[in-house]
This record gives sequence, structure tokens and C-alpha cells, in this order.
Amino acid sequence: MTDLQHTPLFALHEELGAKMVPFAGYAMPVQYPMGVMQEHQHTRTQAGLFDVSHMGQVILSGADWDSVALAFETLVPMDVLGLGDGRQRYGLFTNAQGGIEDDLMFARRGDALFVVVNAACKDADIARMRAGLPDTISVGPLEDRALLALQGPQAEAVMAGLDPAAAAMRFMDVADLTLDGIAVWASRSGYTGEDGYEISVPADQAEALARVLLAHDAVAPIGLGARDSLRLEAGLCLYGNDIDAGTDPVEAGLVWAIQKVRREGGARAGGFPGAEAVLHSLHDGPARKRVGLRPEGRAPMRDGVALYASETAELPVGTITSGGFGPTVGGPVAMGYVPDACANEGTQLWGALRGKRLPVTVVKLPFVPANFKR
Amino acid sequence: MKFTEEHEWLRVEGDEVVVGITIHAAEQLGDVVFVELPDEGTTVSKDDEVVVIESVKAASDILAPVDGEITEVNSTLTDNPAMVNDDPQGEAWFFKMKVSDPSQMDEFMDEAAYQKFIG
Repeated sequence: MTDLQHTPLFALHEELGAKMVPFAGYAMPVQYPMGVMQEHQHTRTQAGLFDVSHMGQVILSGADWDSVALAFETLVPMDVLGLGDGRQRYGLFTNAQGGIEDDLMFARRGDALFVVVNAACKDADIARMRAGLPDTISVGPLEDRALLALQGPQAEAVMAGLDPAAAAMRFMDVADLTLDGIAVWASRSGYTGEDGYEISVPADQAEALARVLLAHDAVAPIGLGARDSLRLEAGLCLYGNDIDAGTDPVEAGLVWAIQKVRREGGARAGGFPGAEAVLHSLHDGPARKRVGLRPEGRAPMRDGVALYASETAELPVGTITSGGFGPTVGGPVAMGYVPDACANEGTQLWGALRGKRLPVTVVKLPFVPANFKR
Repeated sequence: MKFTEEHEWLRVEGDEVVVGITIHAAEQLGDVVFVELPDEGTTVSKDDEVVVIESVKAASDILAPVDGEITEVNSTLTDNPAMVNDDPQGEAWFFKMKVSDPSQMDEFMDEAAYQKFIG
């Protein structure tokens, strides 16, 4: 793993006994000695600390908020202009066909926009922003900052013990906090379906902050394995699996992320890459949809498993894009794409597993109710 | 107890062998969440895929270590797959089989050789 990049917490992961794996060009902890199942349960019941420093953090700035926001709206189908100071939104970069190039979080910090993108896409995203935004908008990757996530029902108590202002934050708020003397940018959001925070911290103070958080009895380090099962149970998309350049936001079930002002009839309708295709898909309804799936029995069905409308049908109707064992659900869970006609809750489908067709039921997402502090 | 390069262990009981996976294999797999066992009475050839194990990470197979017939399976694993992590070289055996050609057993490693094999 010599050619892999290290996050500022690499030495700490090794000290904690993490099993390190290559992920998006970084050596990342997939699990700690606790193991994926217990790490998952610990996050759902107490608080888990994740190193997500491999993700890209970028600041966009310009003359004023309106110019930054309106420029960014040419790249994403979201209402950026209407974002209040100290608030965060989920967003998507679209391509000319209306496909999803990446998903992201963006937050308003005064007149600047703070963007967090996926690790595997960050170079392309930075290039996209540099090419697509006018010269008056500066695109500044923050290579000297780490990103930690503290997730779970105990996250608020742990954070508030360090800075009481953390407790006043609501879901998707961002704020500057001081945690044990370390100045951080926190958002009340995450990727687990639990209440929690993502914390952008100067790289040279990241390990000290991680140690402060881990010193709490409620906090355990959590690897990418549990991060994946947590987000899957929460019904959240993994870029590259559940959404990609060939899926549009409508079929992906992400219409909620496209505010009315950017839709047909809205004051700033369209004006983003692939707008025609996306607005058309919104108007007519998508041909296929991302759905939740519960395989019967205990056998997990993972990405790539073909879905059939009957036990004997020759041709598949869809494919699983994410799947595995859901520790909180206590059984296998999956997501995938199926034709609109097969997308109703309760529809019975069959997944092909090791040469056998096993029953799968279309269910509502998420598998585990979200526990956000709204 | 004998060991294979596929990280299985075999314990001879009369004219049968009991087969499971090693502690090392269980550690590598991570938390096991699903086990699919063969039918008792199935005739198998060496290297046939006879058991499917799914961990939180991935699916993997257990191969028949020798030719023979599956005589008994440990069906408690179906309901309690986590036992594979708790006691891989004890309670969590997968199946017993009648060995057609005992000479196939000769190639397997003893514990010391296996420990060296996994380094």
C-alpha cells in the first residue's frame, strides 16, 4: 500500500489496530478490532467516529454570496441562492445527459460556499468547477484540512460537552465550534441515518481532536465497512453504485434535492447541465426507479445481482446496485433499479443468486428510520 | 487435526472427517452473517463448492477437501452464523463426510506446517 495516500489519522488508525484497505487512492480503515457488526451497532446506539478525510473539501468564493451561489447553480440543479447563512444542502453535479457526475454536500459560510465531494471524484469535481465557473469565482481545494464524522445518538452529548453551541445546531446547520481549543467547522449531518456531526479540522490538529473524541466512553472508531452498512440501512446512495453518470436524479429518487425554484415553472428553472433531460424526466416520470429490496431468508444479495419479475422469466428487469447484511434490520437489505411497473411497495421480484432464483420484496426506504434532530 | 491451503481444518472421526474453517480464515472473513450448507447424502468431488459463507464483507466458498459423501451438516450454523467467528475450530464445524480415497488426506498440513503457511 506504499503508493496510497494517507489521511492525517493514518498513524492513529494503525495504533487502534485498524485493518487498512485501499479506497479511492487512500489507505483507509475498513474495520477496527471491534468488527463491522459491533461497530455498526455501536454507531446506532452510542456514537461512532469516522475518518472521512479522503473526501474533497473545497471553498468557492467571489465578490459576494449572490455571485457565488448563482455561478454554482450552473453546475447543480439545486437552490443555492436561497441557502441561508449557516445552512447546508445535499447536491448533485449533473452532466449534459442529466446523469449524475457526483453527489455532494454544500454549505454557506458567509459569502463563501463550502463543498464536500466524494474522494474518488474530487479531482474531476475540482476540474469541473474550475472549467465551469467564471474566473471571478475562486475554487480553493482545502488540502490542509481533515474531515471527521461523529455519528450516533450520543454524538450531541459528546460534542456539547466540548462546545455547548453544538447542541443548538439543527439537522443541516453548519457552525464554527471550538472543541478542546481546536477551531473547527461543524455541520449537523452525516451518512448513517443517525444524528451527528461532520467536523472539518486543520490537518495538524486532526489527531488531537480524534483523541479527545475517542476519550469518551460512548465513542468508538468506526471503519468503512460499518459506514457502508449504516448508509445502506439509511437508504442513502453510494456514488458509483447506486448513482453514476448513467442515472438521472429522478430515477434515483433524488427529486427532493431539486428545489421547486429550479424546476419547470420555477423562477430559476433549468440552467444546469442536462436540465432538459432532468426536467423532462421529472415531468413524465422515470422509466425505472431506485427501490429498497428485502431478500427473503438470510442470504445477502450484493450489487450486480440480477432481478427478475418471475421465477422463470428469461430476461432480468433490473439489478441490485448495493446490498448486504443490515445489522440493525437483522437480515439482508439491498437497493436497486427496477421498471416503474415493478417499483410499488410489496411487489415480489426474484434475485438470481448462485444459479437460484430467490424471492425479493420491494420495500420502502429507508430500512431504518432516520434519527435526525430537525 | 489436518489443514488445507484453503484454510479448512479436518478432523478424522472413524471413517469420516469433520470439516470446518480455521481461526485465521474466520478472522479474515470478518463477521459471518449467512451460511448455506449442502444436503446430507450429497456425493461430492474434491474442490466442489459445498458451502457458501457470507460475511459482512463478501461471499466465499468452502470446497470439498476430498472426494466422498456428505453425511451430516451442522444446521445450527444456518440460524446462528456468528458461531463461525466465535468458535471456528470447535463448535462451528460445517459438515462431516465419508472419504472415498483416504490417500487424498496425505497431502494436508499438520498444525505446525499450517501456522508456517499463514506466516
